Amino acid sequence: MANETDPKMVEVHVKRQEKPGAPSQWEVFRVKYRPNLNVIAVLQDLQIRPVTVEGKATTPPAWESACLEEVCGSCSMLINGKPRQACTALIDQLQQPIRLEPFSKFPVIRDLIVDRSRMFDHLKQVRAWIPVDGTYDLGQGPRYSQELALTRYKMSECMTCGCCLEACPQYGTHSPFIGPQAINQVRLFNTHPTGALNASERLESVMGEGGITDCGDAQNCVKVCPKKIPLTESIAEVSRATTLHAIKTLVG
Amino acid sequence: MAETHRLVVVGGGLAGLMTTIRACEAGMEVDLFSVVPVKRSHSVCAQGGINGAVNTKGEGDSPWEHFDDSVYGGDFLANQPPVLKMCEAAPGIIYLMDRLGVPFNRTGEGLMDFRRFGGTKHHRTAFAGASTGQQLLYALDEQVRRFEVEGKVRKFEGWEYLGAVKDGEGVCRGIVATHLVTMEVRVFRAGAVALATGGPGMLFGKSTNSVINTGSAAAISYLQGVKYANGEFIQVHPTAIPGEDKLRLMSESARGEGGRVWVMKEGKPWYFLEEMYPAYGNLVPRDIATRAIHKVVYDMGLGIDGNAVVYLDLSHIPAATLKKKLGAILDIYEKFMGDDPTKVPMKVFPAVHYSMGGLWVDYDQMTSTPGLFAVGEVDYSIHGANRLGANSLLSCIYAGMVAGPAMAKWCKGLKKHENEVPSSFFDGALKQQIDLVEKVKKMDGPENPFQLARELGEWMTRNVTVTRYNPKLQATDDKIQELQSRWKNCGISDRGNWANQSVHHTRQLYAMMQLARVVTLGALRRNESRGAHYKPDFPNRDDANFMKTTIAQYREGGVFGEPGFSYDPVDVSLIKPRPRKYDVDKGGTVAPTAH
Repeated sequence: MANETDPKMVEVHVKRQEKPGAPSQWEVFRVKYRPNLNVIAVLQDLQIRPVTVEGKATTPPAWESACLEEVCGSCSMLINGKPRQACTALIDQLQQPIRLEPFSKFPVIRDLIVDRSRMFDHLKQVRAWIPVDGTYDLGQGPRYSQELALTRYKMSECMTCGCCLEACPQYGTHSPFIGPQAINQVRLFNTHPTGALNASERLESVMGEGGITDCGDAQNCVKVCPKKIPLTESIAEVSRATTLHAIKTLVG
Repeated sequence: MAETHRLVVVGGGLAGLMTTIRACEAGMEVDLFSVVPVKRSHSVCAQGGINGAVNTKGEGDSPWEHFDDSVYGGDFLANQPPVLKMCEAAPGIIYLMDRLGVPFNRTGEGLMDFRRFGGTKHHRTAFAGASTGQQLLYALDEQVRRFEVEGKVRKFEGWEYLGAVKDGEGVCRGIVATHLVTMEVRVFRAGAVALATGGPGMLFGKSTNSVINTGSAAAISYLQGVKYANGEFIQVHPTAIPGEDKLRLMSESARGEGGRVWVMKEGKPWYFLEEMYPAYGNLVPRDIATRAIHKVVYDMGLGIDGNAVVYLDLSHIPAATLKKKLGAILDIYEKFMGDDPTKVPMKVFPAVHYSMGGLWVDYDQMTSTPGLFAVGEVDYSIHGANRLGANSLLSCIYAGMVAGPAMAKWCKGLKKHENEVPSSFFDGALKQQIDLVEKVKKMDGPENPFQLARELGEWMTRNVTVTRYNPKLQATDDKIQELQSRWKNCGISDRGNWANQSVHHTRQLYAMMQLARVVTLGALRRNESRGAHYKPDFPNRDDANFMKTTIAQYREGGVFGEPGFSYDPVDVSLIKPRPRKYDVDKGGTVAPTAH
C-alpha cells in the first residue's frame, strides 16, 4: 500500500525511549520506497540518515536483529500494533504510516529493545532439555516414528521470540504466568521417548502458581505465533496430563 | 585441592556450546559470552543438514569416503589428519544429537533419514526439516542451560569481546569485554579462552550471514598478533534470495531433494548444471555451481527476464513431500517473495555465505597465542579451499568436542592459576580498551560509519568474491585504505552511554576493515585458481607454488598497520592430491587397512 502523500516514500513512526524509566515519544521518519523493502531495511536506512520529517537530527533507533529470516527470534516488535518479527514485515503489505513500538509486556531497554530474559528463566523452570547421561558416544538414540518427529519438529521451532506472550492477556510484568512458550516446551520434551522418563518433573513445574491453570484460554497466542506452533493444542495436552498426574499422585 | 580453573568461551553457536559442554564434562567451569542470547546465534540459519557416513541406505558409504569427498571438495588445501578424524567422529555426533532430542526426519523403520547434498554421491546428510542448524543449536542450548542450572556455566549474554589479556610470557589469561547495553568494560580471568565467534559475512555487506557476523572478534585477534589463515577463501553459495537488507539462503537441500537449476535458452528451459556436469548435475559443490550461474547470467546474458537471477525449480516434486522435507525454506521464500515454490520456480542468485579461512589453529584447536583457542567457522582448519554442504554443522560440533578437553588439559599444565596472575596485566588491557571506546564516543567528523560499512560491503562483494582479477583486487585494497582514513573522520550522532549501537558499530568497523585487507591481499597474492578462489588470468590449480596455507600476521607501521604474509605447507599425507573435476565421477581412494 503506497503512502497517500508521496508514493515514493515510506512513512514510519517509531516510539522512542532513551532508557528504562525515561519518558517515551514518537518520532516520524520518511525513507525512499523500493520494492521488497521490509521494516529492517527501513531501520537500516535510518542508521545512515537519522533525521525526522521535521528535519531534526536524532539518534538512529535501537533495535535487536540477527538472522533476518525469521529463525532467530531477535527482531520482535509491535508493528502497527501486532506482535511480529520485523524481518518478515514487508512494507508492501503494511498500512502506512507504519507504527513501530517495543513489546509492552517486557521492560524496555531502549527504543524497540526489550528485556526478554524472563523467557529463558522459564525454560529453566520447566526443565526444557533431555537429561542425557553425557555427550560421549553411547550409540543410537531411541527409534520413533516420522509422525512423532514431525509433531515434535513443529513444537521445536519455537524461537523464544515472545510474540505469544505479548498477545496473551494473562502474561505480563505483574503476573507470575509462565505463558504458552514454556508450556509448549513441556509437551515437546515429554513426547520424546527419553524425555518422557522424567515427564512428571516437567508437569509438576507448571502445576504451581503461575502455571498452566493461569491460562485464560484467550487463544491469542496461536494467532500471532510466527512459526504457527499449535500452542493451544500444547496447552490442552499439558493441561490434561497435569490433571491425570494430580489424580495419580492423590490415588498413589 | 587446587582452585578450579574457569574457562572463557566467546560465542554461543554450535561450536561454542559444544566446547562449553565438553569442558563442563571435563570438570571445568565456564563463563560463556555472547553478543546475543545464545539461542539466537547464527547456527540457526543452517538449513539443510549435517553430514555423517552412517550408511543406512546400502550405498557402501564410509567415513573414509566422506573424508575423500571433503578433501577433494576442498581442492586439497586442508591439512588432512583433522578432516579424517572429523569424518570418523561424524556418525557418533549424529547419534548424539539424536539422543539430545533433535527431531530428525525418520524412515519408516523409525531410523534417522538421510538425504543427498553437493559434492557426494551418497545419502549422507541427516536433517530436521529444513532448519537443521536451528534444531541442533537448540539441543545444545538446552544442555548448556542444564549446566547453567547446576552452576557450572555462567552466561554473559549481551557482552561483546574486545580482546585477549596476555601475561608477561604471551599466554592468554583472560579477556576484556563490554556490555552492549550498560557499556561497561570489564576483564574476566580464565585458564583458557575459546573464540567461537563465527564468520565475517558482514565484510561483504549483504550476505546469507546474520548481521551479528561482523568477524570483529577474529579481526581483533589478528590485530593482537594471532595468525589468520586462508582468509581469501570465501564461499559464495549458489542459491540465495536477493533482498534489500540481506540475501537469504535457499538451502542446497532443495537440490538434494531433486531441485533443478535452469534458465531459458532459445525458447526452452536449459538445465545448465546437468548439461555441464553430467556426473553430479545439480549437486556439484557450491563454488562450481556459483561460477556456472555467473557464467550463464553475466557472460551469456541468460538471466531470467534480463535480471541477475536463475530459476531453482521444485515444482515437479509432490507438494506433500516438499512440505515434509523442506517446509521451513519454502516458508521463507513465500514470506519474502510472495510465491509458492511448490507451484512456481524460485528466483535465486549466488551470495557470500561462509569463510573457509579463519584463525590458524593446531590439531587441539589452539591458535598461535598459547591458551587462546578457536572453534567453528572462526577457525580455518577443516574445509580447505571450499566447504562441502552440511559439513559446517559437523565441523562446529567436532571442533567443540576437541577444544573442551584440550582446554581442560591445557589448564592442568599451567604453573599459575589465572587468579594469581598479577593484576597489572589486566589493568593495562582494561585501560587500553576503555581508552579506545572513549575515543570512538568522542568522534565528531562528517563521515557516517554505517555508510562506510555499506561502501566496504559493495567493494568486497564486487571484487573479492566469485571472479577475481589482480587489478581489481589492488583497487579494492586501495579503497579499503581510503575507508580507513575516512573512518578517522566518523561522527557519532549518538552521544549516549546506554545501548549505543553507533559506538559499537564504529568500533567493530575498524577491525572489519583490517580483516578485509587480509582477505583482499591474500587473494591478490594467490596467483592460481583453487576451490572458491578463481582467477581467470590464472585458471589452473598450481600445487607447486600454492598448495600452501596462507598465513597473515599483523604488522605495525603507518597509521593502521598492514598484514604480512607467509605460507605453510599442507599435510597431504593421507590422500595424494589429484585434479578436481565434477563433469566425471571423482573416483575414490582406498582407506589404508589401519583404519
